[in-house]
Amino acid sequence: MIRVLLPAHLRTLARVTGEVTIDVAGQPTIVAVLNALEARYPTLQGTIRDHGTLERRPFLRFFACQEDYSLEPTDTVLPEPVVNGQEPFLIIGAMAGG
Amino acid sequence: MSRVRVLVGTRKGAFVLSADGKRQNWDVSGPHFAGWEIYHLKGSPKNPDRLYASQSSGWFGQVIQRSSDGGKTWEAVGNKFAYDGNPGTHKWYDGTQHPWEFKRVWHLEPSLSDPDTVYAGVEDAAMFRTTDGGQTWHELADLRAAKGNLWQPGAGGMCLHTIVQDPRNPQRLFIAISAAGAFRSDDGGQSWRPINKGLKSPHELPDPDAEVGHCVHRIALHPSRPDVLFMQKHWDVMRSDNAGDSWTEISGDLPTDFGFPIDVHAHDPETVYVVPIKSDSEHFPPDGKLRVYRSKTGGNEWEALTKGLPQNNCYVNVLRDAMSVDSLDSCGIYFGTTGGQVYASADSGDTWNPIVSHLPAVLSVEVQTLQ
Repeated sequence: MIRVLLPAHLRTLARVTGEVTIDVAGQPTIVAVLNALEARYPTLQGTIRDHGTLERRPFLRFFACQEDYSLEPTDTVLPEPVVNGQEPFLIIGAMAGG
Repeated sequence: MSRVRVLVGTRKGAFVLSADGKRQNWDVSGPHFAGWEIYHLKGSPKNPDRLYASQSSGWFGQVIQRSSDGGKTWEAVGNKFAYDGNPGTHKWYDGTQHPWEFKRVWHLEPSLSDPDTVYAGVEDAAMFRTTDGGQTWHELADLRAAKGNLWQPGAGGMCLHTIVQDPRNPQRLFIAISAAGAFRSDDGGQSWRPINKGLKSPHELPDPDAEVGHCVHRIALHPSRPDVLFMQKHWDVMRSDNAGDSWTEISGDLPTDFGFPIDVHAHDPETVYVVPIKSDSEHFPPDGKLRVYRSKTGGNEWEALTKGLPQNNCYVNVLRDAMSVDSLDSCGIYFGTTGGQVYASADSGDTWNPIVSHLPAVLSVEVQTLQ
């Protein structure tokens, strides 16, 4: 069970409050978490990563255990505290105007 | 008793303004989708409780929302706008070629006959259609065959912002793109051709016969005469009496013929409304006076409508999708400003009152007349 914290606007879109928890089959990589998240909350498709390229949207960042995973390959395995549910995987809206 | 519902898209959410047929006392609902840009929302003519909204954000991209109860509740539907095949390239600001990239939905136009069918005009310019209530979207890709490689972004982006359906001929569609021009399909969107003959853009397009490249801001028609089109171009107000085959200028005695919206009175197809803006580099009304101009002669002769509108120190803009008319008697005219005001006239423009005065910048205004 992996805990994921979404930005407020995406929590509204997914109709959840607080953190969400998801089951990830196989290796707990960044892409596996995103796939599982979008499968559970289809309205998030296209809002975190591009529909076509599956690349992270430029103004979103991924953090885990106080480390920035945004630029890591998406097949990077997340750290153990995230995998065992001690720490959340954070999807954060970048600080960028507007 | 008849009612009206005004759907307002703003930079920071959507608002629904409702009133009875007197149009004096308004109920304001919103913000819906607070914090998101709502470029446009519009109701189905067939089922007025079915609404569609384009919700977008620089952070989270594009979302499409659908309501089945007149805007009380909403559900997110499909937001995948994939160009058909390899869309190729279009002209960039510096004249080089640039790849097509989806950015947002500017305009949603529900079908006149089917609440589940909606046309979407997007940036970079393309037309999409759903026939399943917004769950899936498919591009009408032959539009790009109309010299898409020569289209170029306007200052606001290369957007397909106007979609007009011919109520007498469901196969006929008109669209407009900045800065490519106006286009018409006579086969339900399968094929398209430019309809820009007579448009003149000497500074931007030295070739007087250029088929594409014109910065059309808005097109409107009256349902009883769908072959008569009115256009607000970047500069110039234009008219076509042959479904866009050719255009003539009707700017006449306007104080300036730059502007964005244009609309037609619900009961008089020769009565047209525009909001003159000082220039392409000064997007506010001339002399700080917010004036709607009305022509009762189908153009050329215009009168300023000022009663109830600010006549000093007003420096707002009125964007292309931010004017609409109801079909009550007398016809109601509505427009929203970048200053967050939505003005209404319940007497065809003779007098105006603000419905709301402090919304975020208004991007779009659509009116539904409800029985």
